[in-house]
Amino acid sequence: MGFLTRHLKIVQFAVLLAAFFLLCLVISPSESNYLWRLPPLLQQLPSLINDSVRYLMFDWMPVKVYDPVIEDYEEKPLFREMTRAVSGAFLLVINFVREIFLGGNKTVVAFTSWDFINEHPWARWPALPWTVITGWAIILGYKLQGRGLALLAGVCTTFIAVFGQWKPSMETLSFVLIAAPVSVVLGLVLGIWAYKSRIVETTLNPLLNVAQTMPHYSYLVPVIVLFGVGDHAAAIATIVFATPPMVRLTLLGLKKVPADVVDSGMMSGCNALQLMFRVLIPTARRDILIGVNQVVMQCLAMTVIAAFIGAQGLGSNLMIALNSLRVGTGIEIGVCIVLIAVVLDKMSLAWANKQTDYFVDLPFVQRNRYGLLALAVFLAGSVLAYIGSLLFRDGFNYLYIIPHNKGITTAPFWQVTVDWIWDTFFYTLKNFNEFLITSILVPMKDMYLGMPVAATFLLMMGTGYILAGLRSALMIGGFLLFIALSEYWDRALITAYMASFSVVVSAFIGITLGSLCAQSVVASRVILLVCDFLQTFPSFIYLIPVIMLFGITDTSVIIASIVYATVPATRYTVEGLRSVPPVLHDAGSMLGVSRLQRWISIELPLAFPHIMLGVNQTVIFALFMVIIGAFIGTTDLGQLILKAISDPQGTGIGLTLGLCVAFIGLAVDQIIRTWANERKKALDLN
Amino acid sequence: MSSPESPAGREQAIIRCESVYKIFGHNAGHLLRTSHGVVDSKKFLEAGLVVGVNDVSLEVYEGELLVIMGLSGSGKSTLLRCISRLTDATAGKIFVEGLDLLTLNHRQLIELRRNKMGMVFQNFGLLPHKTVLENIAFPLQVKGNSTRDSVRRAMEMVHLVGLDGRENYFPRELSGGQQQRVGIARSLAVEPDIWFLDEPFSALDPLIRKEMQDEFLRLQGVLGKTILFVTHDFDEALRLADRIAIMKDGVVEQLDTPANIVLNPATEYVRRFTEDVPREKVLRVESVMDPLDESETLGDLKVPKDAIIESVAEEILGQERPVAVVDSDDVVVGTLHSSHVLRVLFGGRSGQAGQS
Repeated sequence: MGFLTRHLKIVQFAVLLAAFFLLCLVISPSESNYLWRLPPLLQQLPSLINDSVRYLMFDWMPVKVYDPVIEDYEEKPLFREMTRAVSGAFLLVINFVREIFLGGNKTVVAFTSWDFINEHPWARWPALPWTVITGWAIILGYKLQGRGLALLAGVCTTFIAVFGQWKPSMETLSFVLIAAPVSVVLGLVLGIWAYKSRIVETTLNPLLNVAQTMPHYSYLVPVIVLFGVGDHAAAIATIVFATPPMVRLTLLGLKKVPADVVDSGMMSGCNALQLMFRVLIPTARRDILIGVNQVVMQCLAMTVIAAFIGAQGLGSNLMIALNSLRVGTGIEIGVCIVLIAVVLDKMSLAWANKQTDYFVDLPFVQRNRYGLLALAVFLAGSVLAYIGSLLFRDGFNYLYIIPHNKGITTAPFWQVTVDWIWDTFFYTLKNFNEFLITSILVPMKDMYLGMPVAATFLLMMGTGYILAGLRSALMIGGFLLFIALSEYWDRALITAYMASFSVVVSAFIGITLGSLCAQSVVASRVILLVCDFLQTFPSFIYLIPVIMLFGITDTSVIIASIVYATVPATRYTVEGLRSVPPVLHDAGSMLGVSRLQRWISIELPLAFPHIMLGVNQTVIFALFMVIIGAFIGTTDLGQLILKAISDPQGTGIGLTLGLCVAFIGLAVDQIIRTWANERKKALDLN
Repeated sequence: MSSPESPAGREQAIIRCESVYKIFGHNAGHLLRTSHGVVDSKKFLEAGLVVGVNDVSLEVYEGELLVIMGLSGSGKSTLLRCISRLTDATAGKIFVEGLDLLTLNHRQLIELRRNKMGMVFQNFGLLPHKTVLENIAFPLQVKGNSTRDSVRRAMEMVHLVGLDGRENYFPRELSGGQQQRVGIARSLAVEPDIWFLDEPFSALDPLIRKEMQDEFLRLQGVLGKTILFVTHDFDEALRLADRIAIMKDGVVEQLDTPANIVLNPATEYVRRFTEDVPREKVLRVESVMDPLDESETLGDLKVPKDAIIESVAEEILGQERPVAVVDSDDVVVGTLHSSHVLRVLFGGRSGQAGQS
């Protein structure tokens, strides 16, 4: 009896597993057996969604609109006109920013006409020479943090220019410069609203959860239907994806404002607006700017995926390169994306950590020195570009814009390296690949597919009940039910098998690596820096090296997601172990524990909740990567979502599939998060 | 500093609370109405409600410094927040200069705060993104004053609290004591009539706290505001207060002058606070003097009736004859024997005789 109560959870688990295997054995696989597979009752859901979207787009609320081409009024559906207007506005501003960087005439055309442009050749907007933008990046880096960031910014922009990726990079940048501010404003507004109203907060929370666990792909399909294909559609999909973290961080920041500061604002006689904009938001500045950082990173993560629906820039070039297996070019473009990501990440973080300066008593030149410097750089760059036009009379003006593929290229080098690797290690890699597929992956996949639906429900809900309580168990049941009733249960099982294999391996590597590094201060700092660096990589980038090594197979996807998902596991382990209070170390030492004992009996239990949160992240990361991996050919949900993009009926299918993936993630998230929180409470941590 | 006259001697109550209740929790108002004003905090707790303030009635007179003293959870800060209407009282009436606070709409409340009230907070509540000067000018700018006027006025305040030369610092660059000086300056910038201080010195080191109390007394001597001061420190209360309200579990246990509280604690709870208080530091001459007896020959020494005993004890003990006690017009109103002083200093403390 004593054993039972003391090890209640272990006993419960044993019983659960026994029941699970019993169900697996007893239930026979047949289509008519509902314990084996549930009937696809939600089969109609995709077409239902399609029909409603189509009704909304083409039939709902016809309004009379003046059409200048036929010079008459025409009946058009309201919603379609609205989305067209939004698309137009986005396209205009994206083009505008793009033309500031690269020159062009579309913006001028938008306000005049093509005839005007043809008659007046001077009306073409000139590009900013790359020297000017490099100079500005250096100044901005210096202003935000100092010499280090200025150097980084200078080196990265110069690298991009010299290696001939300037044009696509600026296209990508212009797209980020539009999508990010819109997401920030949207996130800020929603965050403030949620702060003001409890109802909004509680409704927004599950929506944000789903939005953050939906795979990137599934946003693309509805956006295509509503907004068409192009840079504007890509920007809109990006905004949908990038806004949730901003909402969360705004809300978090506002809630963290000390009560005394809020009270003092009230007692100073602030009205609601003054309180929000002069007290709350400035005080929550850092968290809100961390939100900006997150938005920028999400935007960059989307650049490659957004290429599917017509975003121009580095992403689409990368996609083309990978599709035609030009791995060398792919690496080159990937490096540029990473460089832009690193620079923007560091800059926005520096902005968040920068304290407000005091200017009032300084003279004009001092106060505006960065502005004046930027102006000087602009003039110098323009003069240089003019001189360049005299120097490089026939050919390309290298001081103005280095055209695509006319810079130095390293692609042949990478291609040779890849070829060499293939030639040298072909059999090693092939054998490893075959071993992995035939002895581990295929049996595992068969095992997952051989689970009766009843057994899966029992296992998941039972685990949820034991670890996180009845409420969680019911929620997990709800999530699973949706997937089981859709027609994608088998595909979901394949996704789950790939993700869970990556999670197990990642968590093992991450926790081991993290625990080893956490033993030393220097090592932990180094590993955290490495994790930081790796996390700035847009997820797609991870696919490049694995394709290089393993070609287009399931193995590539799994390796990529293992690498990608190991990052959070490592980071959280190190953070968790390092945050164990030193006084406990001292207490342990005085009790005479050895290092191993200390690790097992003091550090691990205390760090456990934080490590579990890391594992939670690992699950989400692995799922994302598995879905993205569909790009290089898998047979799971991701592949179907990818197909849905080119399907006229894709909206409903895409959304349903996206929800299935999100629900897998949310079910796991529900268990782990509740469990970790309970452990935290039990240990009296924060 | 104003003298501790009896409340009846004052003309006007600036703040008046009538049966104020604050009960936290769902449906508090309903439960309060059904209980007809008799609130048993234990019973309410069982119903999931926390009683913050329980049937408090008090008045604060013009120019008076009323200290609300209580341990944490006694409801003292809640009462202050009700009176500044940072939270709405569940029941009762609160009048500020005759205005019924609870009936004011949002705009009137803002007007009141912009012109009549100033408040100092335990953790300073400074805006981290503004300099000292900007923080102090903030209430004025919120009011819509011109930048020039606000800055001029804020500079006066910087000078008043002795932060000259640091006006362009950010709060993060100041020590705790200096930050609270900024908090004080900000609360005084709009020249409020009513000054709320919510444990203003509790977050400071003991030495700095003493220094800030002196500074506070100096300021009050110059300004003469009507003050509600909340503290959990009984010594601080005795040092600063004209009158003290001691709170426990949301109820005011005793509301009286420091001397009366020390001499005649109303409840056992209050008595336990007063036990260790050195009386000579609290009591004034008038509370221990004898009525004037014409037959006695008095010494040459005259002591003012509102002098703290500690400050005159040495002189009195050196006198052979009784000492004359005079009021502010130099009229003799009583006598003081050195034996009386001795009894105050050492009497009734047999329990700690060994230590003193």
